[in-house]
Amino acid sequence: MDIFLQQIINGLTLGCVYAVVALGYTMVYGIIQLINFAHGEVVMIGAMVAFSVIGALMKSGMPPLLVVAIGTAVAVPACVAVAWLMERVAYRPLRTAPRLAPLITAIGISIILQHVAMMIWGRSPISFPQIIKTHNFNVGGALITNIQIAIILISFILMAGLIWLVYRTKLGVAMRATSQRQDIAGLMGIDINRVISATFVIGAALAAVAGVMIGTYYGQTQYTMGELLGLKAFCAAVLGGIGNLGGAVLGGILMGLVEALGTGYIGDLTNNWFGSNYRDVFAFVVLILVLVFRPSGLLGERVGDRA
Amino acid sequence: MPALLNLEKVEVRYGGIRAVKGIDLTVNEGEMACIVGANGAGKTTTLKAVAGLLEPAAGSITYAGKSIAGVRSFALVRQGLALVPEGRGVFGQLTVAENLAMGAYVRDDEHAVAEDRERMLGLFPRLKERYQQSAGTMSGGEQQMLAIARALMSRPRLLLLDEPSMGLAPLIVEKIFETIAAVARTGVTILLVEQNARMALETCQRAYVMESGEITLTGPARDLLDDPQVRAAYLGE
Repeated sequence: MDIFLQQIINGLTLGCVYAVVALGYTMVYGIIQLINFAHGEVVMIGAMVAFSVIGALMKSGMPPLLVVAIGTAVAVPACVAVAWLMERVAYRPLRTAPRLAPLITAIGISIILQHVAMMIWGRSPISFPQIIKTHNFNVGGALITNIQIAIILISFILMAGLIWLVYRTKLGVAMRATSQRQDIAGLMGIDINRVISATFVIGAALAAVAGVMIGTYYGQTQYTMGELLGLKAFCAAVLGGIGNLGGAVLGGILMGLVEALGTGYIGDLTNNWFGSNYRDVFAFVVLILVLVFRPSGLLGERVGDRA
Repeated sequence: MPALLNLEKVEVRYGGIRAVKGIDLTVNEGEMACIVGANGAGKTTTLKAVAGLLEPAAGSITYAGKSIAGVRSFALVRQGLALVPEGRGVFGQLTVAENLAMGAYVRDDEHAVAEDRERMLGLFPRLKERYQQSAGTMSGGEQQMLAIARALMSRPRLLLLDEPSMGLAPLIVEKIFETIAAVARTGVTILLVEQNARMALETCQRAYVMESGEITLTGPARDLLDDPQVRAAYLGE
């Protein structure tokens, strides 16, 4: 088996999920310069809701693909509602407050969401029902599963859809206008509160799908899963240049690849001093390295004084 | 002619500072009016209060027979009120095309919007040349033209212009004012705020002179142009 190619495939799969989550961070940052630390928890809630729905329907005799689709179709509005509510209740009143206030609030929201999820779904890891049968395909000596193919395809469709929305629709142009000058956007007749809500909602819909994908891929979920995943996706957004959509995609995929390759080779490279349990370190090492040399990220243009 | 815009005893404060100290001002339908005065006289503040960017502390603002004091700017656009802000305020990272599209944000009549866009590109040929270019890469004069064209895309009944001559070369200023006069001839009511008193008074019909938050002189623009006080204070004679 070709280990290198195998890790590329695994990394690409993971990276696609990171990218979809990173888009949510970068969109919200782009429009109101807020790092929404609770975004990872929205992914977790997506995974949990889908888990409950899929669990309830799996013995109904419906085709597995339909069950997963229904699970996703319920997870998306659930996440959208959570994100809409958190913007409305927690962030909007702080729109003009000093930057630190909404940031701390975001951390608070993240803790609240985690604990609500813990009360509903319990503390221990839950195994995500594997109702879709896995098939392996051999590609040049490496294996790719039908689930990996689906994750990569769906992610690319979502990313392309988002870029189309932001660059080709009236709402998207209004979002970009609002991110540049809120006061002037208001003079155009744009209700900036609605545009900001829409930004949160779109990011949350992406997060919901990401939650289902990561749950299906890893086969398990837990109320804390959003923490590390969110942090990595946030790093991916910063790595690519926060506020930049293309940067989030690039950063996410790079992050996934580095993590997979690092995990695959660290044992050989260090004579087994370090093992694959160091997998979570790579993402952050790369982030630090990139930021030392390019503080505004790979595709970021403006060096923010408002991070 | 009926008044389209009427301000009565309008007072605007920034914290404890009274920037506008209870002014009365009227603009009739189809008229072109201006507020002239020195820097810091309260002209821009007045305009911002009308456009819904600032809430007046006291007094009434009536537009088309309705009180609009405190109504937020995005809602006023739908009622036909558009502001070209000081410093132009184009979206630098959006293209000219996208800036114009944002001007028409409140409109759903896509066919008519397309017609208006063609009209704007005819009125400002430079915008046609730079149609797919980022607005931030254009010169100050081009950005001012874009800002005016963008405001017109909402088909305003009342167009508010804040210092359209600011930072522009005299030739460009003349061109901008010709355009504003042409817009006025199409029936759009205009309220203009200017430090360039000569240009404003020569173009407008009615004028207000503002000084430290108060209106000190008002009348037909022609008369003000001949007023020895105005000539000495604002026309540098």
